[in-house]
Amino acid sequence: MKISAEKQKEMLWTMLLSRRFEDELTELCKIEGKIPGMMILSTGQEAVGSGACAALEPEDVIITNHRSHNHLLAKGADPNTLMAEIYCKRTGCNKGKSGTLHLAVPEVNAPCTSTVVGAGPPIAVGRAFAQQYKGEQRVTVCFFGDGAAAEGSVHEAMNLAALWRLPVIFICENNVYAGAQRYEEHAPNPSMADRASAYAMPGEAVDGNDALAVYQAVREARERALAGEGPSLIECRTYRCRGHGEADPQHYQPKEEIRAWKEKCPIPRLRDDLLAQGLITAADVQAMDDRAEALVKEAVRFAEDSPYPSPEEALEDVFA
Amino acid sequence: MQKLGMGQAVNQALREEMHRDPNVFIAGEGVGVSIHLNPMFPTHGLLEEFGPGRVKDTPVSEAAIAGLAVGAAEAGLRPVVEIMFNPFFTLASDMIVNHAAKLRYLSGGKSTFPLVVRMKSGAGFGAGCQHSHNLEAWAAHCPGLKVVMPATAADAKGLLKSAIRDDNPVIFIEHMGLYFAPMPVPENDYLTPIGQAEVKRPGTDVTVVTWSGMLGVAMAAAEKLAQEGVSVEIVDLRTLVPLDKETILTSVAKTGRLVVLHEATRTGGFGGEIAAVVMEEGFNLLKAPLRRVTGPDIPVPASPPLERFYIPDDEQLITAIKEIL
Repeated sequence: MKISAEKQKEMLWTMLLSRRFEDELTELCKIEGKIPGMMILSTGQEAVGSGACAALEPEDVIITNHRSHNHLLAKGADPNTLMAEIYCKRTGCNKGKSGTLHLAVPEVNAPCTSTVVGAGPPIAVGRAFAQQYKGEQRVTVCFFGDGAAAEGSVHEAMNLAALWRLPVIFICENNVYAGAQRYEEHAPNPSMADRASAYAMPGEAVDGNDALAVYQAVREARERALAGEGPSLIECRTYRCRGHGEADPQHYQPKEEIRAWKEKCPIPRLRDDLLAQGLITAADVQAMDDRAEALVKEAVRFAEDSPYPSPEEALEDVFA
Repeated sequence: MQKLGMGQAVNQALREEMHRDPNVFIAGEGVGVSIHLNPMFPTHGLLEEFGPGRVKDTPVSEAAIAGLAVGAAEAGLRPVVEIMFNPFFTLASDMIVNHAAKLRYLSGGKSTFPLVVRMKSGAGFGAGCQHSHNLEAWAAHCPGLKVVMPATAADAKGLLKSAIRDDNPVIFIEHMGLYFAPMPVPENDYLTPIGQAEVKRPGTDVTVVTWSGMLGVAMAAAEKLAQEGVSVEIVDLRTLVPLDKETILTSVAKTGRLVVLHEATRTGGFGGEIAAVVMEEGFNLLKAPLRRVTGPDIPVPASPPLERFYIPDDEQLITAIKEIL
C-alpha cells in the first residue's frame, strides 16, 4: 500500500509534537508542586499512536489508557486544554476532574482514558457495537499494554468482538514492561499477536517503532472491519523508555537495554525515511519541530495562567 | 386492571420502550434464547419480537456485558443489560463502579452514560449465597449510580421505563420472589419517578421504611398489629439513590418512631444510612430509639430452614416495633 506524502508528514508531525509535549512534562515533573498526581509517559512509543491515528478518519473512535498523551495528540486533541487538564486547571478539557490519567476528549472521538489496566477493551467493544448498531462505517481502536493482556476483561472483550464481528481494532502496545515485570515474567507466549487465533481473528505483530508499519497494519484492519469482517489484533513491539511513572527510577531496566532502544527511536527513523524519499527537507523538519516547541510553550503558558476550579466545582458533573 | 408478576411487568416496560426508542437494546446471558422458557421471566418473547439485532445473547462474560453497556451508552444508545444475579455484580463491578459511575465526572460533564443494569436478587430459592446476596448498599455507595429496587409490579414497570429514559447509569434490582405473584399493573404508558418513595400504607404509631421483597413482610406485620390497635405507616423507598429523605422524615414526624426493614445483611447495609439520615436530620422527631430489622451477617444458606432463618419475617418486625412503642 502506498502511503501518501501527506500522511507520512502528518505522522512525523504528531510524533514531534508528542515528544516535545512529553519532554516538557518530564521537566515540569522535576519542579516540586507543579503538577499534581502521577505522570505516566509514552516517550519512545510515539510511532504506535501516531501511526494508528493517521490510519483513522476523524469520526473513528479511540479508547486509550494511562499512557495516553501521544494517542490523544495524534487524534487531534487540543494541546492547550490537554495541558491545562494535566495541570488540573478549570480550563482543562475535563475541568480538572480527570488530571493526566483519565483524559477524555469526546470532541475528537477519544471519549475514554481508563487507567484500570485492561478496562479499555470491554468499553471499546461497546463503542464498536454502537457503530455496528447504527450502521456507521466507523471503527474503534483500543490501545492497551502487554501488561493489560493478563486481565480477563481483555479476553472477554476479544471473544465478544470476534463473535459479533465488531469493527474494533485491538492494539497491544508491547513495551516489554508491565510495571516492573519484564514481558517474559508475565506472559508465557512470546507473541501476543498469537492470541488472536484463539478468537479466529487476524493477529499481526509489527515493529512498533516503525510508524509506517503501524499505519499499514491499522489501515488494513480498518478495511477488514468496514467490510464486516470483524476485529483484528495488532501487536506493536516497542519499548518503554521512561519508567512506569516519572517517579520510577527504572532500576530493573538494564541501562544498555534502554540505550539500545533509544538508538531505535521512532522519530529520527521516520524523519530520515522522509528525507531519503525526498518528501521533506531538513529545513521542513526544523520548522515542524520549532512549531511543536512553540505550541507546547503556549500550552504550558495557557495552563499556568489558568485558574484552578473553585472547590465547590467538585460537586458538579456527577449526574446528567 | 391487568395482573402481572414483576417479571412480566419488566417485560412490558422493555417491550414498550423498545418500540418507543430504536436506541434501546437489551443484552445479557440468555436474554434471548433462555433455558427458562417461562413467560413470567423478564425477557421472555422479546427475541421473537425484536430480533437478534436488538436482543443480544452474550457469552458468559459479565465484564464484557457491562463494558458493552458503557461504550454503547457513551455513543448515544440506551443499553439495558442483564447481569443474571446480584452477586455476579462482582464480576461486572469494574465496568460499573469505575467506569459507568465515574466517566461522566471524569469527562467534566462532557459525556453521558444512559444505561441500565438489571439484576435479579433475593433469598428464598434455595440457591445459596452465590446466587442470593443483596448488594444494593455496594451500588448505593458509588457516587454516579442511581439505585432502584421496586417492591411491586406496577412500580417495576413505571420505574424501569424511567430508568431507560434517564441519562444516568441506573442499577435496577428485581426481587425474584416477586416474579410469580400477579399484582395489578396499569396498562397505559406511565413513568414512576426515580427518587420518590411512596407511603404504601398510612399509619400513625410507627414508621417502617423498607423496599423490594420486604414490603410484603412489612404489610403482613402491619395487618397483624392493626388487630392489636397499633397503626403502622409503611414507606416503600422504591429508589435508594437518589434518596427521598423528605418522605421518610415527614412520616417520622407523624409517627415519632422508626424501624428500617431490609433483606440484606446488617453491617454496612443501607438501613444504616436511613438511620443516620434520621438521626442527623430528624433526631428531635423521635420519641424512641430507632430499630433495624435485617438479614443476619451471614451468607445466605441453602437449606430451607436455614434460609428461612436468614430472611427477616413479620414476627421479627413486630417484636422490633413493640420494643419501641
